[in-house]
Amino acid sequence: MSDLKLANIIGKDLKTEPIRTGFGRGLVLAGKANKDVVAACADLTTSTQMHLFKAEFPERFVEIGIAEQNLVTVASGMAAMGKIPFVSSYAAFSPGRNWEQIRTTICLNDRPVNVVGSHAGISVGPDGATHQMLEDIAIMRVLPNMVVIVPGDSLEAERATQALAEDSRPSYLRLAREATPIITTADTPFEIGRAYIYHPGTDITIISTGTMTYQALVAAEKLKKDGISAEVVHVPTIKPLDTTTILASAKKTKHVITIEEAQIIGGLGGAVAELLGEYQPTRIVRLGMKDHFGESGKPDELLEHFGLTAKQIILHATHMVSE
Amino acid sequence: MSTLSVEQLELQAEQIREDIIRMLEHAGSGHSAGPLGLADIFTALYFDVLKKDPKNPSWEERDILLLSNGHCAPVQYASMARAGYFDVAELMTLRKLGTRLQGHPERTKLPGLENTSGPLGCGLSQASGMAMAMRMNEEHHRWIYVVMGDGELDEGNVWEAAMFASKNKLSNIIGIIDRNNIQIDGPTESVMPLEDLKGKWVSFGWHVIEIDGNNVEAVIDACAMARAIIEKPIMIIAHTIPGKGVDFMEYDFNWHGAPPNHEQAIEALHDLRTLKGKIRSEHE
Repeated sequence: MSDLKLANIIGKDLKTEPIRTGFGRGLVLAGKANKDVVAACADLTTSTQMHLFKAEFPERFVEIGIAEQNLVTVASGMAAMGKIPFVSSYAAFSPGRNWEQIRTTICLNDRPVNVVGSHAGISVGPDGATHQMLEDIAIMRVLPNMVVIVPGDSLEAERATQALAEDSRPSYLRLAREATPIITTADTPFEIGRAYIYHPGTDITIISTGTMTYQALVAAEKLKKDGISAEVVHVPTIKPLDTTTILASAKKTKHVITIEEAQIIGGLGGAVAELLGEYQPTRIVRLGMKDHFGESGKPDELLEHFGLTAKQIILHATHMVSE
Repeated sequence: MSTLSVEQLELQAEQIREDIIRMLEHAGSGHSAGPLGLADIFTALYFDVLKKDPKNPSWEERDILLLSNGHCAPVQYASMARAGYFDVAELMTLRKLGTRLQGHPERTKLPGLENTSGPLGCGLSQASGMAMAMRMNEEHHRWIYVVMGDGELDEGNVWEAAMFASKNKLSNIIGIIDRNNIQIDGPTESVMPLEDLKGKWVSFGWHVIEIDGNNVEAVIDACAMARAIIEKPIMIIAHTIPGKGVDFMEYDFNWHGAPPNHEQAIEALHDLRTLKGKIRSEHE
């Protein structure tokens, strides 16, 4: 949609960049805007792109070492003294290992700590199942007070990071490791709690988050050539979910596909199924990890292997619409 | 700082113990041994050591007290009420629906609480974050006191914080370990041995002070000494008697997580009133 000022995703000059890189830039900008923004990391400062903030504001950066429980709990203490902490590690470790500390000392204690989990999803690739965090959306989404953000590209991650620094709620920001097509531009809007219709349509709704929104857009373009009008709803905020946009689209198209690089149980697919089941029963197919772990492989091979591609969206969409 | 004499502080501690017994009996659940054993430490903190203003709990220059082992909340609630944070009558709402005095402390419910705790092992980390933020803010002359259980030291999170605070020389953290030697499943040394406890903290880079934690004066003196240490974080190992003041509860790990019934409460209050002949009570 032109008013969202998206990039031309089928153009030859489509650029790619890791989503985490946008977080690194956004954190520096947030740090410049507010001196209370601080950062802490558990021995993965460059991997999570926090090195940019550390270089700019060394006195506001805290090295925690490989101690993820301490990472988030120290941040709770810093927030208690008026700081706006961002704490990063790989998602498998934070929030993977320190969920109870996040629950008690951040959510129940109502401290605005921003937990940043990098290298989330199956596309982490050769490191294998231990490092491919797929359950983070589910375990963070279930926490009262917690905001859950999964940006679709590096520019959106940059904007989301700045927005989170200005938000008084605890949050989880989920980042991917690999270079991902940049589907937005500097002028594309981002607001916490909003879903955006990146491609309008009338026959089927494709609800996507994170790296999968690019796949959804590619699928929508190809479906158009086949005479199927697909609406792509990009959901960068899994919680609080933009129920208005999702319900309106489902009501219009009567067919929904969700896609994510995460477990569909409790993930975006879970969130959308809960919503539709209660308010707008709709035929739904959920693409994502289906109650199993990943394994080693190249990112593209893994996405293909686990059915997280535009091709799979097209297959399911075509079948659903012809039912 | 307090203008109360040691004798007056001891009487205050006994008052807090009586409050604890009544609160727990009325609630019908909760922990007895830890709060009774901590009454002297909390009296020292709330009636002498802490820089605070009960009428303005968020006073910006206040010292911070974190109760890391949240199950000992009754001693903190009783101390806060007696120190003027809220009306003493509210103590009887402990653990009741709608109360500000949750079974385990919730910061957002009661002004004056600095943290939400219950799940163990987090207090020292939160203190470390607070101390780092205070350093960034150039807020000197504020201290953070962290009361921890000894059983709590089984938690790995504690030792992550121990390394962190030591690395950063967070000398405005004053930890107080309630060394009462019991936890739910039995004596600490049979559940998961902690000794050489002093040696452990020293090897982690902390300055360690060992005291009799049921001696109010010793607690006050140790905190004063701790504030004078500027190159390391400080851990006070306070040896206490679990269930202190109630004969049938003392040293018995079975009283860790249980409240007295009505008859036991009467007996407990009698014990407290006659302890060392120093105890005065309106029920005498």
